Amino acid sequence: MDIFETVFVRNNLVVAFAVIGITIWISYVLADRLTAGRIHGSAIAIALGLVAAYFGGVATGGSTGVADIALLGGIGLMGGGMMRDFAIVATAFGVQLSELKKAGIAGVISIFAGVLVSFVVGAVVAILFGYTDPAAITTIGSGAVTYIVGPVTGEAIGASDTVITLSVAAGLVKSILVMIGTPLVAKYIGLNNPQSAMVFGGLMGTTSGVAAGLAATDPKLVPYGAMTATFYTGVGCLLGPSILFFIVSAIY
Amino acid sequence: MIVYGVALLSGCLILGMLIGESIGVFLNVDANVGGVGIAMIFLVLASNSEKFKALTEGAAGSGIKFWSAMYIPIVVAMAARQDVAGATEGGLLAVVAGVAAVAVSFALVPVLSRIGSSAAGNED
Repeated sequence: MDIFETVFVRNNLVVAFAVIGITIWISYVLADRLTAGRIHGSAIAIALGLVAAYFGGVATGGSTGVADIALLGGIGLMGGGMMRDFAIVATAFGVQLSELKKAGIAGVISIFAGVLVSFVVGAVVAILFGYTDPAAITTIGSGAVTYIVGPVTGEAIGASDTVITLSVAAGLVKSILVMIGTPLVAKYIGLNNPQSAMVFGGLMGTTSGVAAGLAATDPKLVPYGAMTATFYTGVGCLLGPSILFFIVSAIY
Repeated sequence: MIVYGVALLSGCLILGMLIGESIGVFLNVDANVGGVGIAMIFLVLASNSEKFKALTEGAAGSGIKFWSAMYIPIVVAMAARQDVAGATEGGLLAVVAGVAAVAVSFALVPVLSRIGSSAAGNED
């Protein structure tokens, strides 16, 4: 058993490649056999990943899913921000400049619209749950923007730790739901071309959610959605602790 | 050489991240503003330009395509390291806020896409 652990821990990134490879193979077999290709193999793989992350989190009490299990630590590196961003940028290879220009204005509008809409929805939910403190309402609203904007805003305007934790949880729910929900609703919201993918990325904003959701819908759309989504968190961090907080304070 | 393409990809990401970080400092925001998006624009410009042909064609191009193809496996690993347990522990408020934000945003996709296509239509 000792030998196992030594080899797995020392070669954790290589172990991650093997484990993810097997997971994807199983997912594609399942997609073929059980759904006759109706559900994309990568959608099943992502769902399996999320289920595994849930049990990993429950078993270890950590905050990085299966990566908290020592033998699977390499998944933390493979699925971490650095590798994610590297691969996202690589998907832009071969994208035509003209496609980007076509959706440019709609893409920019969608980023601001997306931040505002998610914030308002989150803030209204906070009010419905009985919050009256402007800092708390703003922080929960910002959490509905993304799980990064929530704590950044909360810390800047002095919200309580409980509220900040809540805002992170709201952002996580959003991110996971976008991963699972995108392939299911894609048909109904017209998500089948570069322009709507850019609008989609700007409206959703959660980079992880958009990255996984589009990968499970149509990998060709990934670079377009990812491009606008990566501006979203920055815009959220800009507006949350400033204009949005002032507006909420003025109302309450 | 495969590594030339990988190096170009790395260069784009590093440059984009530096610019995104600088915008963050300039705006006094504790976040990288669009670093990845800016890096993607650099890669699109390079792959559409004659000058960078040596770094984007043949074997060098395969170096970039490899990482592009590794995107889905990396996303699966990313899903496996999310704090799913933490999200479910946030209770009803977190779930309602998250679900409502996603539902409204989904509904807006066709509305804003229409702005995009009508703007493009006017240009034509």
